[in-house]
Amino acid sequence: MDLKIRHVRKDYGVFPALNDVSLDIRSGELVALLGPSGSGKTTLLRAIAGLETIDDGEILFGDEDAVGWSVQERNVGFVFQHYALFRHMKVFDNIAFGLRVRDRSRRPAEADIRKKVTGLLELVQLPDLANRYPAQLSGGQRQRVALARALAIEPQLLLLDEPFGALDAQVRKDLRRWLRQIHDETGHTTVFVTHDQEEALELADRVAVLHKGKLQQVGTPDDIYDRPATPFVYSFIGDSSSLPIHVRKGEALLDQTVIPVGSVSGPDGEARLHIRPQDISLQAVGQGVQGRIALLRRNGAFRRADIEIGADRTLIEAQIPPHLEVSEGDQVGIHFERFAIYPSGSRQSI
Amino acid sequence: MPTDLAIAALSPARPKPALFTSPVTEAPITRALVIAVSLAFLAAVLLLPLLAVFTEAFRGGVAKYFESLDDPDTWSAIKLTLIVTAIAVPLNVVFGLAASWAIAKFDFRGKSIMVTLIDLPFSVSPVVSGMCYVLLFGAQGYFGKYLDSINLQIIFATPGLVLATIFVTFPFVARELIPLMQEQGSTEEEAALSLGAGGWRTFWSVTLPNVRWALLYGVLLSNARAMGEFGAVSVVSGHLRGLTNTVPLQVEILYNDYNFVAAFAVASVLASLGLVTLVIKSGLEWRFADQLSASRRR
Repeated sequence: MDLKIRHVRKDYGVFPALNDVSLDIRSGELVALLGPSGSGKTTLLRAIAGLETIDDGEILFGDEDAVGWSVQERNVGFVFQHYALFRHMKVFDNIAFGLRVRDRSRRPAEADIRKKVTGLLELVQLPDLANRYPAQLSGGQRQRVALARALAIEPQLLLLDEPFGALDAQVRKDLRRWLRQIHDETGHTTVFVTHDQEEALELADRVAVLHKGKLQQVGTPDDIYDRPATPFVYSFIGDSSSLPIHVRKGEALLDQTVIPVGSVSGPDGEARLHIRPQDISLQAVGQGVQGRIALLRRNGAFRRADIEIGADRTLIEAQIPPHLEVSEGDQVGIHFERFAIYPSGSRQSI
Repeated sequence: MPTDLAIAALSPARPKPALFTSPVTEAPITRALVIAVSLAFLAAVLLLPLLAVFTEAFRGGVAKYFESLDDPDTWSAIKLTLIVTAIAVPLNVVFGLAASWAIAKFDFRGKSIMVTLIDLPFSVSPVVSGMCYVLLFGAQGYFGKYLDSINLQIIFATPGLVLATIFVTFPFVARELIPLMQEQGSTEEEAALSLGAGGWRTFWSVTLPNVRWALLYGVLLSNARAMGEFGAVSVVSGHLRGLTNTVPLQVEILYNDYNFVAAFAVASVLASLGLVTLVIKSGLEWRFADQLSASRRR
């Protein structure tokens, strides 16, 4: 089922939790809502589920406006951050709950429920745990049960709130791969919320980045990482540094010196240049922008250097090959291979 | 052997530490003293009177005991107490559930006032609450004329006893449920709703089972209090023998009549009810400690 979110607004006190958010999700897609805490991502997910009301806008399930629908009518599978398994019910009864509460005309026979639950337990790879209570399961197992319970009602839409938030790193990685696999097998349109960019980029078909209730950018993981639409996305996704510059007549200036990066677009005035560590290369002194290596440290396969540039001694982070012979205090020339310039003071700046 | 020597070389002999004592542990003599004092106090203030009740009750022998219980006024007092309790406790379960549900799961204006109000019966003397009901519903009270015109008697009748009992026992259920419900939050309810369950179904199959032991615990406490309540009930009862006397009032009357054996016999019935409640309560605490907010709070 297609999901269309149109100009959704939600106010919490003075500031909006969701501010004119529009997002189209295609049938069968796996979409991540990514943002720092307080960005409105969970509010949006709950609004889609009907657990939260919205103050303005439309949420379309297929072509029908679902805003007036109750939670039950929306038929969405929701996986809660802390799983919210029914603590007094066994795993089996947890998964069967959604089928057993249906009214008589739509309720499957008990034998069919049994078959369905058994099938789901196999899908989530927990066939032997039907008679356990949630308290007797590990975090990863609870997560799987929560997913099976959500899938039992054959939802039109699967929504997951920080699905791996409470798990340790290794379990997280396994479950991530496994969730992708389940998604590909069952083909549910899926939206999940996360604050972990690695998770979003690795798992999702498309990522929607939210900040302070506003949608910053929607795109494939490559789009988001390589072509950030706003300074926020640039700094939130991956490592980056930013440098205050001045734009005049298509040239980027640092302390009145032209940065040799070719012509730049955008209005004249104050601006910030954003750059990732791996997009910086070092040159001989005298070439490119001049700087001084303030700090060198090892970072996995590479080294990271904090380089002071400009009169303000702004620090920018560069990734340098381990064999390059430099040391702290050296003067170097810097070349910016790929970067982005956003005017300061604009609505888009951070 | 060389290996032993090697180990010995690696761990040189250290000075033998003095017998380890935790810095917060007192000397054995202090500990014994503190325990003895509290035990003696408990025995003198709680255990001794309890024993006295039973000794006095059985002073004339078992036959005399049952004989003194077999009195029409006493029987009607027991019956009345059971009736009052049977009405007041279920009503408190309903009110208590509703109040704690509202407080734990919703945010609304005046919530803190409501929380404070629930504690009111704990802080106000039961006699005062009884007086209030007399003022409201008594013959000279605000609604006295109206009640008389529709021929409904509240004060000096069972309805008054029920009202006074409800007032006094109201906090017990709510106080048990509120912290537990707050701790559990409402995500399980949200999960049930998202799975298609209606509000009623969600209440019966998710909310209620999650608090059942705490609810039972609260019911037990309010039950014990309802049967034993004296002050509020005494004011609204009017002490009509065989009509509006509950068990505690009957004990007082018998005692004032110098009928000590009967007074203590009836008192022993009341005390036994209390003891049974205590046993069930301890059993609940022992078995369902993790599901009772109370046992962690106290």
